Amino acid sequence: MALLRISSPHTHRALGTGAVMRTVVLATLPGLAVLTYFFGVGSLHNVLLASITAMGFEAAVMKLRGRPVWFYLRDCSALVTGVLLGLALPPYCPWWLVVLGSGVAIVLAKQLYGGMGFNPFNPAMVAYVVLLISFPLHMSQWAAPLDIGGQTPGVVQALQQIWLGTSIDGYTAATPLDTVKQNSGLMLNDLYLQDPVLSAGQFVGAGWEWANLAFLVGGAYLLYRRIFTWHAPVAMLASLSIMAFLFYDGGSSTSGGSVLFHLFSGATMLGAFFIVTDPVSSAVSTRGRLIYGAAIGVLIYVIRIWGNYPDGIAFAVLLMNFAAPFIDYYTLPRTYGHKKSERATRKVDQ
Amino acid sequence: MADNNQWQEISEKGLWSNNPALVQLLGLCPLLAVSGSVVNALGLGLATMLVLVSSNIAVSLIRKTVSDAVRLPAFVMIIASLTTCIELVMQAFTYELYTILGIFIPLIVTNCAILGRADAFASKNPVLPAAWDGLMMGLGFMLVLVTLGAIREILGSGTLFANMQLLFGESARSWQLTLFTDYPGFLVAILPPGAFIITGFLIALKNGVDSHLQARAAAKKEKPVKGSKRVRTTGKIA
Repeated sequence: MALLRISSPHTHRALGTGAVMRTVVLATLPGLAVLTYFFGVGSLHNVLLASITAMGFEAAVMKLRGRPVWFYLRDCSALVTGVLLGLALPPYCPWWLVVLGSGVAIVLAKQLYGGMGFNPFNPAMVAYVVLLISFPLHMSQWAAPLDIGGQTPGVVQALQQIWLGTSIDGYTAATPLDTVKQNSGLMLNDLYLQDPVLSAGQFVGAGWEWANLAFLVGGAYLLYRRIFTWHAPVAMLASLSIMAFLFYDGGSSTSGGSVLFHLFSGATMLGAFFIVTDPVSSAVSTRGRLIYGAAIGVLIYVIRIWGNYPDGIAFAVLLMNFAAPFIDYYTLPRTYGHKKSERATRKVDQ
Repeated sequence: MADNNQWQEISEKGLWSNNPALVQLLGLCPLLAVSGSVVNALGLGLATMLVLVSSNIAVSLIRKTVSDAVRLPAFVMIIASLTTCIELVMQAFTYELYTILGIFIPLIVTNCAILGRADAFASKNPVLPAAWDGLMMGLGFMLVLVTLGAIREILGSGTLFANMQLLFGESARSWQLTLFTDYPGFLVAILPPGAFIITGFLIALKNGVDSHLQARAAAKKEKPVKGSKRVRTTGKIA
């Protein structure tokens, strides 16, 4: 028996940018599948349209900048931006909203700052916020989940709504976060019994808990593949849980909702594993990532409960993107063999 | 005293090569805050231009009597009194616009473009060039302001020249052009971030035009001259 002799090095090469990005896209698929199952083809259409237009904008800007188009398209970073934006946008929103969003993400938030690796803000979140503050009406209409609408809109209906503006009757429903935010006077238990979306689910509301679970699965896969470290997402989920626990107050009418409610509603899991972990716009040191993630979790809760918008992932992430260089500056790891760096704490000798 | 060239140079500087808004980046606060529509932009642009011209004249007149040490307070006093005059005039004749522009009319006092011109130009030059400089700088500022206002109004609300009656009387009410019917309104263009982004694009456009012109001028200069020092060992030597 001849053993196959393999010489060192035995470790595999690190994944290239393109491979990492493709893995990320792969990991969003369970979430996309669940969204499509519960809310119909709207999200799928959003993702496809946003990805195609994002790649188109990327190619156009690369052409304008006189760079090799195919080389930069191949790293798939524009594809990831498109997919994330498509997942974040409400299903069945008009087509121009999606196209405008991917244009803002790629041209304004990414390429104007110098392209891949130079953007201080997460492009998909910049686009989401620009759309949210520009078109609050279109951005606040989320489709009703399968369990309460009876059935999701058909493909033809969906395309008519997206491309021609013929609206589907009564396809929208308030999201669980919205319902709890608007609640005044009902105990949380009564609210759960009364609201159709909340009562149709197990603990968060029909569709939402499954979508978040699916994104959690995708995130776990990425962790397993070591695409990112656990620090930022775990810190974010932990601080969000602590905030939710502190302000739960046993489910009174002013309660902010339970810990599970906050972990599995809105875009929590999508944010934790696909947005917060963005390698370009987040903090990079290990301690920095913990601080960065924890601050995002607190901000999300603050915006959800005391802010004007029902969900606050995008705003929280953008605010902390601002702070990421600052966090990195103060959490610089000690270089082996050197003293701990004393950033801005040491008195400068005159 | 002054030849034609000087006037031209002053105008060229004010309108283009040393434009207060696009090159010096002065007066950004009103530039960004009130350029949400053409009428607001035009109103504030005119007010700023008036203050700039008259303050340049006044500063130029007193330039020999005011000592260096107290010149800045003196200039600020002059600008403040002129701004108060403009404010009162606007309150009297365009009251609605006055209420819309609000705090930004008194804030003309703090517009660095005005103090900058007073110190850099008017305090060193005779009255007429100083007045011309104020007019050109003010015009340059106003043009940028109106351009920005037009772009933001089109993007933000899909109209152009809306509410012009605030500035030009009732007959101007019909000037409004509705470019898109049923336009949802790209609100970010009206909000401060839109102002920053669009100003950035305008500056980029100006720089782009400049470098294009430069490249063309350089290409013109490098035309080969016939019969230059070309060395040939065979054939006809030019």
